[in-house]
Amino acid sequence: MSSSTATQSYVPKTRVGKVTDYVDSRVGGSGIIKEFGRKIFPDHWTFMFGEVALYTFIILLLTGTFLTFFYDPSMAETHYEGSYLPLRGVEMSVAYASSLDISFDIRGGLFMRQIHHWAALLFAASVAVHMLRVFFTGAFRRPREFNWVVGCTLVILSLAAGFTGYSLPDDLLSGNGLRIIDGVMKALPVVGTYLSFFLFGGEFPGTMIIGRLYVLHILLIPAVILLMIGVHLFMVVLHKHAQFPGPGRTNTNVVGYPVGPVYAAKAGGFFFIVFGVLAAIAAAFTINPIWNYGPYDPSPVSAGTQPDWYIGWVDGALRLMPGTIGNFDFEFMIPFPWGVNALSLNVLVPALVPATIVFALMFTWPWIEAWVTKDKREHHLLNRPRNAPTRTAVGVAGVVFYCVLWAAASSDLIATHFLVSLNDVTYWLRFLVFFGPVIAFMVTRRIALALQRKDREIALHGRETGRIVRLPHGEFIEVHEPVDDYKRYKLVSFDSPEVMVPTADANGKVSLLDKVHGRASRFFFEDRVAPVTPKELAASHGDHHDEIAGAKDRESIASH
Amino acid sequence: MIMADSSNGAPGTSVTVATPGRELDEFENPGLPPHRPRLADRDRRAEKRAERQVALLFFISVLGTLLFFAGYFFVPLDQSVERLRLQNLMLGLGTAFSMLGIGVGIVHWAKTLMPDHEVTESRHEIRPERDRQDAEKIVNDVLDESGIKRRPLIRNTLLGAALLAPLPAIAIFRDLGPLPGNSLKQTMWDTGVRLTRDPSGTPIRASDVTIGSAFHVIPEGLNEIENKLEEKAKAVVLLMRLDPEELNPSPGRENWGYDGIVAYSKICTHVGCPVALYEQQTHHLLCPCHQSTFDLEQECKVIFGPAARPLPQLPIEVDDEGYLVASSDFQEPVGPSFWERG
Repeated sequence: MSSSTATQSYVPKTRVGKVTDYVDSRVGGSGIIKEFGRKIFPDHWTFMFGEVALYTFIILLLTGTFLTFFYDPSMAETHYEGSYLPLRGVEMSVAYASSLDISFDIRGGLFMRQIHHWAALLFAASVAVHMLRVFFTGAFRRPREFNWVVGCTLVILSLAAGFTGYSLPDDLLSGNGLRIIDGVMKALPVVGTYLSFFLFGGEFPGTMIIGRLYVLHILLIPAVILLMIGVHLFMVVLHKHAQFPGPGRTNTNVVGYPVGPVYAAKAGGFFFIVFGVLAAIAAAFTINPIWNYGPYDPSPVSAGTQPDWYIGWVDGALRLMPGTIGNFDFEFMIPFPWGVNALSLNVLVPALVPATIVFALMFTWPWIEAWVTKDKREHHLLNRPRNAPTRTAVGVAGVVFYCVLWAAASSDLIATHFLVSLNDVTYWLRFLVFFGPVIAFMVTRRIALALQRKDREIALHGRETGRIVRLPHGEFIEVHEPVDDYKRYKLVSFDSPEVMVPTADANGKVSLLDKVHGRASRFFFEDRVAPVTPKELAASHGDHHDEIAGAKDRESIASH
Repeated sequence: MIMADSSNGAPGTSVTVATPGRELDEFENPGLPPHRPRLADRDRRAEKRAERQVALLFFISVLGTLLFFAGYFFVPLDQSVERLRLQNLMLGLGTAFSMLGIGVGIVHWAKTLMPDHEVTESRHEIRPERDRQDAEKIVNDVLDESGIKRRPLIRNTLLGAALLAPLPAIAIFRDLGPLPGNSLKQTMWDTGVRLTRDPSGTPIRASDVTIGSAFHVIPEGLNEIENKLEEKAKAVVLLMRLDPEELNPSPGRENWGYDGIVAYSKICTHVGCPVALYEQQTHHLLCPCHQSTFDLEQECKVIFGPAARPLPQLPIEVDDEGYLVASSDFQEPVGPSFWERG
């Protein structure tokens, strides 16, 4: 074979050389090292959120595997005989009893449960924050649209993983959560009752649901998440990481640290830091003390309960929707030839509409924005959020919408903690869920534009030093310190698209789509702050010379 | 706008404002700022110090691991929650120090002692255009050779078969559960079934129920049946006694209570949480999950929150021995609405 001649001509001398030669001549691998060993990754603290998500997922796999060795997903009746005295002899499901055993009779079991639950909360949080980073910096633009969609899918999967796991201990709290899911499912027209019976294996709660959620939680969902993470990272390698604009950084290069040794050390070390922080939280802060809740029973319920944070917004929406307004009933009784059917919009609207709006906008945003900007270029330089005021405002409006619904999931706790009327809290939140995003949009856009103006000011005239100087002819001025080329470049290097006015075709007509596009373009870019140009900078320096008397004095002060 | 050419990555080029053409309205990329050496790059002693700090952090990790084992082996669990707490704290802090020592140590090492020169690498086209043309040709050739476009009979029958073939994969899930049938429309309650306390199952005399009191109620015999939780999920009832003057029964429901004692389903008509909170003064029932509020004085009409229907009332009477019994089952399905509810 030709390879045998190749191995003969190269005789490795170092130990590393001998190992790589042995491996590479059998299964290959030197190519991978050549590709990744010195690959450049740009550095920015906001790029760590995705890393946190990946690392918490690994921690979830590790701790979760430990828990599966002791957890038993059976809903068979048993009497608790473990170490926790207050529940001794109480009738409960095997699933709940084994969860108690993990907490009280397996050394380190409670720690593993706590770290697993905290890691799940952090996983969902870091996925969400990572997604916000990608959104606000415009990293979803061409060529990364597909990876954005993969990311959106991962958000949904992380919610699914969290929810299926939340119910497994089969305690009172999670059981009531399942009952809410059952209620929402039954509200679905035509198929709802059947879906509920198929999921629960009969009437709620049945004896099947925990085992079924368990399979979803430990097999199906993690497998799909792993697959999606693989695709996600493959595309990151393919595209090379995007970078913030700045001196030396262009759309055609990557500036940063090589994987070996710096980036690998930082990223690898960061895994241990995430693990350590989670361990510290799990050591000191109790999460989900299932022994306080007791086994699931359809009759009792505890007040002031909330779901895990990532499901909170849907629960909040359920709380905000009124069942009736005046005499208008949101539950419709629809007469059909075969009888009357019930359509519960008071349940369906809050359970489905907000989530549908948020996820539909999320999945399609790269194409919506590309349609408005008509921008088909590749983008490897990120936006500073202030330099895309409308996008940033849309994002903040979405965050506010989400947060109002999330706050609504705590409406009763807000009322009891701040000694205000529960009904008033609900009325205010109903108002805010509609107007909060609008207010947030307007305020954010103004702030972004103001920050852009400030950047212009600094680029043109330098930083305010706070030093007030009296000139010989009596005028007081504040000394501005000019910024250097590198800092200025950071402030002036951004795109500022202008409004695109629809043009008429040969017949002098403007098509409806073009009109809509013109409107959208105006909505996005009507208010804009253009980056400083070299001409403007030169002119601003020129000013000093032909202005009022004393310009010379100023120059001499400023140059000190 | 800043689609600068690749030469802009080179350091040392400064801002020029007078170059003709495109550059007139945008700044030229000044290139990477000059590298600033760190303390450890210039000072041998700082370098040594950083080295010792990294080693110290790794040593802290060793101590953390030891702390974990101390907690694991020397804090025996003895059924007290305090012991468990202590063990959890030691295991957790041990792991935290063990992990943070390694993590912070490595990052500190990377930041102080490894080279911190930023490196520039150029990006390449994601895939060359030639590849795309080749791929297009290959796909077209493959489609052509397969003849799928020229032979609609094959194409259409395959399409039909492929549409039908997945259906068994859906149908096979039919046995996940039984069909609902009538099960959601009936509960364990029936004529003469005694009202008993939840969870003990002891029957309740009308005289036990004083004005202002509330009882959590299950049907007699519930604790003995096989599918206890499923029946309980429908049958739980709240029993309260008010001044009969304050109740305003609608026509036909005057005899559903007994001397101011009324029984209502405890399952919320919104999404099924137990409506467990009774405000004695206002005679309101409140669901703690989504705050639907029901007014006892108006036959549990919804006065606030997301529920749309009143709680169903259980008609009750008193048997010969003075115990409260149901006169019949609920007159409508309990709990959240469902399509077939009607």
